[in-house]
Amino acid sequence: MATGVEVFDLVVIGAGPAGLSAAIEARRFGLSAVVLDEQRRVGGQIYRAIEESSPRRREVLGADYAAGAKLAQDFASCGAVHVGGAAVWNVDRDKTVSYLLDGGSRKVRGRSLVLASGAMERPFPVPGWTLPGVMGAGAAQILYKSSGAVPTEPVVLAGGGPLLFLLAQQYLEAGVKIKALIHTTGADDYLRAAPHVLGALRGWKDLSKGTRMLKKIRSHGVQTFAGASSFAIEGSEKAESIAFTHNGQRKRVETSLVLLHQGVVPNTQLSWSLRAEHRWDERQLCWIPITDAYGQIEETGIYIAGDSRGIVGAKASACQGRLAALSIANRLQPIAPGAFKQREQAILDEIRAHVQIRPFLDALYRPQNEHRIPEHDEVMVCRCEEVKAGQIRKYVEVGCLGPNQTKAFGRCGMGPCQGRLCGLTVTEIIASERKVSPQDVGYYRIRPPIKPITLGELASSE
Amino acid sequence: MHTKTQESRISLFMPEENAGGRKIRIYFDDQQLTVPEGVSVASALLMSGVRTFRATPVSGSPRAPYCMMGVCFECLVEIDGRPSRQSCLTQVQEGMVIKRQDGASGLNIPSAEG
Amino acid sequence: MGAAIAYGAAKSGSAVTLLDQGDVAYRASRGNFGLVWLQSKGAGFPRYARWSRDAVDHWGPLASELRELTGVDVDLQQNGGFWIGFSEKEVAEREAMLAKINAADGRTPFEMLDHHELKARLPAIGPKVAGGSWCPLDGHANPLKLLHALHAGIQALGGRICNGADVAEVCPIGEGQGFRARSSDGRQWIGEKIVLAAGLSNSVLAPQLGLHAPVVPNRGQVLITERLKKFLPHPTNKARQTAEGTVQLGFSVEDVGLDDGTTVAAIEWIAKRAVATFPILSSVKLVRAWGALRVMTPDGSPIYQESARYPGAFTATSHSGVSLAGSHAYEIGPWITGVKSAPEGIEEFAGERFLDPDRKFSNAH
Repeated sequence: MATGVEVFDLVVIGAGPAGLSAAIEARRFGLSAVVLDEQRRVGGQIYRAIEESSPRRREVLGADYAAGAKLAQDFASCGAVHVGGAAVWNVDRDKTVSYLLDGGSRKVRGRSLVLASGAMERPFPVPGWTLPGVMGAGAAQILYKSSGAVPTEPVVLAGGGPLLFLLAQQYLEAGVKIKALIHTTGADDYLRAAPHVLGALRGWKDLSKGTRMLKKIRSHGVQTFAGASSFAIEGSEKAESIAFTHNGQRKRVETSLVLLHQGVVPNTQLSWSLRAEHRWDERQLCWIPITDAYGQIEETGIYIAGDSRGIVGAKASACQGRLAALSIANRLQPIAPGAFKQREQAILDEIRAHVQIRPFLDALYRPQNEHRIPEHDEVMVCRCEEVKAGQIRKYVEVGCLGPNQTKAFGRCGMGPCQGRLCGLTVTEIIASERKVSPQDVGYYRIRPPIKPITLGELASSE
Repeated sequence: MHTKTQESRISLFMPEENAGGRKIRIYFDDQQLTVPEGVSVASALLMSGVRTFRATPVSGSPRAPYCMMGVCFECLVEIDGRPSRQSCLTQVQEGMVIKRQDGASGLNIPSAEG
Repeated sequence: MGAAIAYGAAKSGSAVTLLDQGDVAYRASRGNFGLVWLQSKGAGFPRYARWSRDAVDHWGPLASELRELTGVDVDLQQNGGFWIGFSEKEVAEREAMLAKINAADGRTPFEMLDHHELKARLPAIGPKVAGGSWCPLDGHANPLKLLHALHAGIQALGGRICNGADVAEVCPIGEGQGFRARSSDGRQWIGEKIVLAAGLSNSVLAPQLGLHAPVVPNRGQVLITERLKKFLPHPTNKARQTAEGTVQLGFSVEDVGLDDGTTVAAIEWIAKRAVATFPILSSVKLVRAWGALRVMTPDGSPIYQESARYPGAFTATSHSGVSLAGSHAYEIGPWITGVKSAPEGIEEFAGERFLDPDRKFSNAH
């Protein structure tokens, strides 16, 4: 029986740029705020381990990473409560958040809530992607940020998207050898991106940052295969090589470590678990929760800010956090309309500047169809329960209409990751087989616990 | 000391050059490892030559960390007697005993004479 | 339920079409705990107790037949099950109830066990458990695999399954000319006979064919754990270990309308009970909790009836869709197609029993 659950004006889930900024902004208005995050220290993934990072590490990782230090400092001094190591396992519409901390289940309630779970790497279902030695490029970046770990042997980077090239640049800066950079960007992609060049030019700061990055990679003479396709990782018990098609030929690079990346996608577990409506975005190829301009779901007092609302990048995520907090502050104790409008406009202008380049990037780095919807039946789709692409296609053949029915047919999506690594793939495979849009197919019904919790931890909660 | 398993001795990752900081001792499958303080168990194992973290419950296939941020659940190992722990979310502690996760978690059933 | 009846009808030679709602249906099979249960069924309703016993006997043959026909193994295990009690009073009340049920014909055997006797059979039982009851004929199966197998079986026998069919209207065609079903998206189907096995929708559809099938939703929340190495050899009424090794724990019984969500309170309650029953589950991870709407009649017993006004129209509803699957396939299906005569005493399951002002109903189990 919950006796006196602590109540804050604002409860934030996620200590990345959006979450921290929301808390800082809320505190400016004198609201009480608490930020929960699974990691012990603040920063989310983009600013992972920023508080402990050495000058050398910040140099390697670049100015965008180092910028997180100020945010972390501002948060530390703003008077918000930080609960690190808190694994949120349930969020109710009445804004009660249940979380696991140090072996016990706790609760906290907010008069308002900001969900700022950020993004995760898009799954990359190709043959052999479950072999030991295959990791995300983002994973390798986290290894460096949090542990200072670098690859021991010349490493292969494969896929596409800004993070892949950023990691290449960071590795070169750190003295890591890159054996090959195998990326999928080719003529089709440039053509698709061309109409968005104007936007890219308006976002010229980001654009020039990107071109400098590519120049640096080229200047190091990294073996690069552009316009590559049909990746397959080979090996019996662990990764031994990666095969791909390049210039019409099938090629192979031997390697024990393959770093895959084809963009990041919103982490929508919380928004789905709250039964918020989502729409399928054909440009970003992912689910976007439907919210108002401030990020609020319906009239719930629950807001979503940052990449978990659609990929916008760290700076725009921070702005969205502030925007949500502004709206929340206004709801809890109305601000003078003039002052509100002014503040709102300033934030919106900033957001606009930061997202100018996004349509261009989304078009240029659109992940390949074959790397999202595996053609080979043998490709593992649900890693946890080991369900393959061919099996899912068979389910559709016998009448399965959507992802929830696949669970009945073969436990697809019922493992510990709760659909995080297979959900997008399953939806797209079914849509492709049924010849309808992913919007019509829908997504898994997401149920608690959002993160695993033991029965003992649940049983001992107050 | 060589490992008992057929693991290759090449670590996929290593600490960057001039990485200072204390080192602590942990144990993986009864082998003592010396690892940097303050890193995740997953990082520590990857830096110590561990290539396979677990065998899957469904088919016994070998798996290792994939996402390093707690969403993929591939990095599951037994830590200090508790099975299926996400090693990328757990920090190393001096003397920690880690074991490869072999399939589903097991339970210690009390005997009928209890 | 509909699938089992359709399967039985297809098997007896009829051309069958099964209309199924689709991916977002309430789908009561999701709420079924998976028990193939005999003990405690039919308290105060001897015909239902007999029906339950027959159903349990039909299960083995059904499972083998489905496996042979479709290749799907529904993971049937029928080597006894336990009910767990936490107080002497509870256990004594249980014994009285089971004895009364079994007094009718002795076909619902049971054994009462105190804590030590129970612990000898289930070593993992915790100290808070007072005792339990055992029925050698109880068991469990996988409800979703059963559904899958029945669907595949229907198709293998030449039946048709129409997915995404949300039937809104049913009506007779002229005098004795058959029946029409119309879905909300305008599709329609015509058949000589019609069976309403639409769960909660039966309340709305049954009156259209002169039938009375009062059903209300009842939410059950269920927990499922990570996969575990085998430790629980028999199912219990609120905990069972599936063939994949996961442990299913339940379940709440709530009257919340059409809300199939979960609540922290129920999740915690089920976890507390699970840990009290089997303390070793304390370190085991919960992977998923869900709620599902079960279909309850006022007395908790099934409704099977042919419409007097429109012969050829039937309604069937029960919350024990798994336990009774064998009888639905081997007795109800063939009765509906006319290949077998009505099960003896079927009129006791008529929906009209709820219109009797002198009867009181409770669906406590």
